[in-house]
Amino acid sequence: MAKVTIDGIVVEVASGSTILQAAEQAGIEIPRFCYHERLSIAGNCRMCLVEVEKTPPKPIASCGYPVADGMVVHTDSPMVRKGRRGVMEFLLINHPLDCPICDQGGECDLQDQAMGFGADHSRYDENKRAVPDKNLGPLVKTSMNRCIHCTRCIRFITEVAGVPDLGATARGEHMEVGTYVEKALGSELSGNIIDLCPVGALTSKPYAFVARPWELAKVDSIDVLDAIGTNIRIDARGTEVLRILPRINEDVNEEWLGDKSRFAMDGLKRRRLDRPWVRENGKLRAATWDQAFAAIAAKLKTLQGDRIGAIAGDLCDAESVLALKDLLANLGSTNVDCRQDGARLDATRRDFYCFNTSIAGIEEADAILIVGSNPRKEAPVLNARIRKAWLASGMPIGLIGSETDLTYAVTHLGASPSALTDLHTGAHDFAKILANAKKPMIIVGQGALARPDGSAILAAAWRLAAHVGALSADWHGFNVLHTAAGRVGALDLGFVPGPNGKSVDAMLDGGVDLLWLLGADGFDPARIASGTFVVYQGHHGDAGAQRADVILPGAAYTEKSGTYVNTEGRAQRAFKAVYPPGEAREDWTILRAFSAIVGKTLPYDTIEALRTRMEQIHPAFGRVGFLPRFGCSDHSGPAGDPAVLSDAPLVSTVANYYVTDPISRSSPTMAACIAAQDQTALAAE
Amino acid sequence: MAATNGPAFEQPASFAFDADSEAEITKIVARYPVGKQASAVIPALYIVQKQMKRDTGSAWVPLKGMDAVGARLGMPPIRVYEVATFYFMFNMKPIGKYHLQVCTTTPCWLRGSDAVTEACQHATGIRNFGDTSADGLFTMTEVECLGACVNAPILQVDDDFYEDMDTEKVNALLAALRRGERPAPGSMTGRQTSAPDGGATTLNTLQFAPEG
Repeated sequence: MAKVTIDGIVVEVASGSTILQAAEQAGIEIPRFCYHERLSIAGNCRMCLVEVEKTPPKPIASCGYPVADGMVVHTDSPMVRKGRRGVMEFLLINHPLDCPICDQGGECDLQDQAMGFGADHSRYDENKRAVPDKNLGPLVKTSMNRCIHCTRCIRFITEVAGVPDLGATARGEHMEVGTYVEKALGSELSGNIIDLCPVGALTSKPYAFVARPWELAKVDSIDVLDAIGTNIRIDARGTEVLRILPRINEDVNEEWLGDKSRFAMDGLKRRRLDRPWVRENGKLRAATWDQAFAAIAAKLKTLQGDRIGAIAGDLCDAESVLALKDLLANLGSTNVDCRQDGARLDATRRDFYCFNTSIAGIEEADAILIVGSNPRKEAPVLNARIRKAWLASGMPIGLIGSETDLTYAVTHLGASPSALTDLHTGAHDFAKILANAKKPMIIVGQGALARPDGSAILAAAWRLAAHVGALSADWHGFNVLHTAAGRVGALDLGFVPGPNGKSVDAMLDGGVDLLWLLGADGFDPARIASGTFVVYQGHHGDAGAQRADVILPGAAYTEKSGTYVNTEGRAQRAFKAVYPPGEAREDWTILRAFSAIVGKTLPYDTIEALRTRMEQIHPAFGRVGFLPRFGCSDHSGPAGDPAVLSDAPLVSTVANYYVTDPISRSSPTMAACIAAQDQTALAAE
Repeated sequence: MAATNGPAFEQPASFAFDADSEAEITKIVARYPVGKQASAVIPALYIVQKQMKRDTGSAWVPLKGMDAVGARLGMPPIRVYEVATFYFMFNMKPIGKYHLQVCTTTPCWLRGSDAVTEACQHATGIRNFGDTSADGLFTMTEVECLGACVNAPILQVDDDFYEDMDTEKVNALLAALRRGERPAPGSMTGRQTSAPDGGATTLNTLQFAPEG
């Protein structure tokens, strides 16, 4: 520890900290452009100058200067102010005065700091330099004249995203930030460089000239396009969601957000279900809520409880899932399932289906085995965390599944699940690595579970985890990586077939006469038996809606207050940013209203009452935002015989990162991303 | 493409190290510890440039050449582009057969580098630094101090220093180059390396005892 005096405030900081970090601890903000706490230190903007006593009499860049015991620092002395003014003047020499037409205007670091350190006029008479704009693909718009060469984008893409596409070419006056050879950025996290850019050089292409930050209503929410539960802020104006930005949550997403989650929101305005529809004589007809409810009620009257079933989709909030489960229970049915992709998840114990190590816990691990998953496509933010841990410790990472670039070095153990057996018997070298690791992790993806031998793989992975010591009283190294945001919440609420209940396959094969799809689009609707009466409740006219006999328009995640449990088992609350379009309603209210029509009224009138019931069913819903970590003392594994593994190769369930759900399928921006991806692939050939 | 202005030119469709280059690069990579091969990037780029000179007569570094260096040294291509574009000794576009590099830093300038430049322009028809003559023989660039100030001004042709230049000597040199000759590099006034002009001024009374 070192004792440092900053502007008269004495703070004690870890030795090796920089002056800037020490100042932050003292509550003093030092202006900066290039420094970012999650990136390596570059020290090239010189905005963070401070004065340190008993050093040569010159300003010092505080971002890269380590503290020493007894150091006395001034951050607001005349020398410092003069130095920063000089730096600002140089930065502004080549920076265009186009704030009125710049998308960064209003939330620009350079604009803000120029208010503090800029001069009232320019002394520069020569021509400003002009830099050609770069084409970085459909997401990031460039205006390179504005670039101040802080290199944050280069460092992010190289260090965090692990896809080194960006660099600084040439030098001095001619230095340019870009890809040199024109190409779209290959990272799934590329949108974050827009947030990192302290000026308006990198802005959002879909959001270009759309709104000013002060016009937007900002609402905290949770992303649902993957299962990480990334904390987001929804920026909306009127009825439109205009922008989605990450919020900082050190335990979940740090401050990153995947491109799909950031840019797919234009899909929320397209192909929406904004009124109920009823199928008559084979054709869908616009209807009122009463008519739609009446059509379902009429059908229900003819049916026994066990001929009714429900499937919950991937984007469902826990509230609507519970309301649906309660409704079916009231109707006498236990035919409910949330595993629409057929994943053989065992819901009997919570740690059989959660990411038990927790996302932050990845950084403690010293060996990882990934089974049937491509985290880069399924959960890019989590993948960045694995990369961060790998960069810090160089830990060995094994992969069973298709060989692909995960942005860190992996030992490929083949694509066949039989590798799990080899690891268990010690027939493979990687078995030793796992066995010697103090905190090994095993990550099982949906690609390993959504297949006929899924439960065998799950059991084999658990057996291996127990064998290599991944399960101990203070470390739980068994993890299931989900791809559906609503899945863990639904499993927590027991949205799986009850005793004698029918699973997804049985329900689709004609096991039920009335099938209620709650946003379930994850399977081919042609699989639904022809005589089945289908109710589709959801927000997009996707696969499920086309097969439906009655369509009930629901709300998308931005339009309702809901609880989502991420893959770790962390319950998080999303708030309503805009109203659902047309006659669409929040999903749990639809179910509550329908329950009254059929005389099986659900016992909650408010969302608070519903949440109290959720909490009674599972305590996880009472700890919103908080995740207790448990070890594992009970080693008895999930159902399934670890011996009956098939030889079919493991493949990830996410074939293309940019289209995984009804929202991203409706998004023109995501379509543009796929086109750019195809072009890049073509160019590589 | 970024960082290159001026007329368009064609990038070769492929590049592969030939046997000579491969032998040289292996030797250079061996100087660095395992895992630190990236340290060899600058010499490796010179190898590319020299091979292009052998193959095409123009010493420059094409895109595919930089990619080949990246692949050989295990670096992402952009890291190689950064290095190659940073140093102007690497020509990022095709140049003439002879690369005339005029030093215009203070000592050379004081000793008449302007005359050297003008003579080059006159003899080759090149108008600006960085241009290539119409016949494709010469490219003239302006370089910073070559470290041979004692013999200023300097005209560097490819890797050879021609020292103590003036207008006539430039004309004679370029005429010789046009004829395909390669005059011996060094001082053009005939002095020995950097010894004083007009012969030795010290130690000239030194007498040795007769042998015997």
